[in-house]
Amino acid sequence: MVSAQATHEVLEVLRHVPDPEIPVLSVVDLGIVREVRDDAVVITPTYTGCPATLAIEKSIREALDASGHSDMRIETAISPPWTTDWISDEGRAKLRAYGIAPPSKHGARCPQCDSAGVEEVSRFGSTPCKALYRCRDCGEPFDLFKCH
Amino acid sequence: MQPINERALKLGDDSLILGQRLSEWCGHAPMLEVDLALANIALDLIGQATLFLGRAGDPDALAFRRDVLDFRNCLLVEQPNGDFAQTVARLFLFSNWQELMLRDLCSSDEFGDIARKSVKEVAYHARYASEWVVRLGDGTDESRGRMIAGLDWMWRFTPELFEGDAAPLRGEWDARIDAVLGDAGLDRPKDSRPILGGRKGHHSEHLGHLLTEMQFLQRAYPGATW
Repeated sequence: MVSAQATHEVLEVLRHVPDPEIPVLSVVDLGIVREVRDDAVVITPTYTGCPATLAIEKSIREALDASGHSDMRIETAISPPWTTDWISDEGRAKLRAYGIAPPSKHGARCPQCDSAGVEEVSRFGSTPCKALYRCRDCGEPFDLFKCH
Repeated sequence: MQPINERALKLGDDSLILGQRLSEWCGHAPMLEVDLALANIALDLIGQATLFLGRAGDPDALAFRRDVLDFRNCLLVEQPNGDFAQTVARLFLFSNWQELMLRDLCSSDEFGDIARKSVKEVAYHARYASEWVVRLGDGTDESRGRMIAGLDWMWRFTPELFEGDAAPLRGEWDARIDAVLGDAGLDRPKDSRPILGGRKGHHSEHLGHLLTEMQFLQRAYPGATW
């Protein structure tokens, strides 16, 4: 049972490693951490070309080393492919509070006034995972985390 | 020595060369949103290239230390950007093909993992390009004329996409292309003598110029890292 305790500890450490592009989310909230095993943390990239992937691996390495888990390896798996369905409910709430509309299959809502009267300004935003939207009711421009 | 994985090279080189072409727009696009979009699409493609080329060897060595004759990309992706409409035409014709090709590849033992990840990204590229074809084709006389010229430039390189194993994709690709051209009020470009050879390493002059820029740093400072 020592190992179950250890993997739980590692997961707690990872819950405090922020995503470099959207620091309000942890790598666990974002679904980048797929599995914590006795000897390794398995992560998956969001988009194949996401430039944050290397930075994420580096911050996870540093957090593991700093918490006494230097023996844990980091493995990358691309299958099954990352999907926004893996963003936790807590992650979705944090996104909304941060001003980014969380991914939704039922249409986007403004993170400021919750109106559904929104329009796409640009399908590609400041990072591969976001699109640029505008709220027709309160006028707020905002990022939408794209369903993927 | 093991023979190099030709299939991985074709898949990787298509994505790499189009990714490099699109990144040439960075900082030069007609508006900020387009700049962001093309840079993001280029990133996706270069990410895919890294994965595919990784199945053929060291992706950096393959990207930066091969000469023109060793590249296996199709001729379409190496064509010059031209104006924005010509860039849109190339992305439209290629991404619609790439999406169908990757969709079939999802069940492959060898490349299925990469295909299942990439196909989601490419579906987005195809939709983006298709929307621009409609916007430009159905826009002003100026935008319409440019869209027609862009499609005319790129069209002769499309038969190469359907060589060999990819032949069965032709019907569905035709239907997709025709539907978008219909929405844009554009005629299908006239077929001319197909230009082939990229898959065998017989490239147009344009690829050499692209490589001189892409490979400059590793040629001048071999092994340099960030």
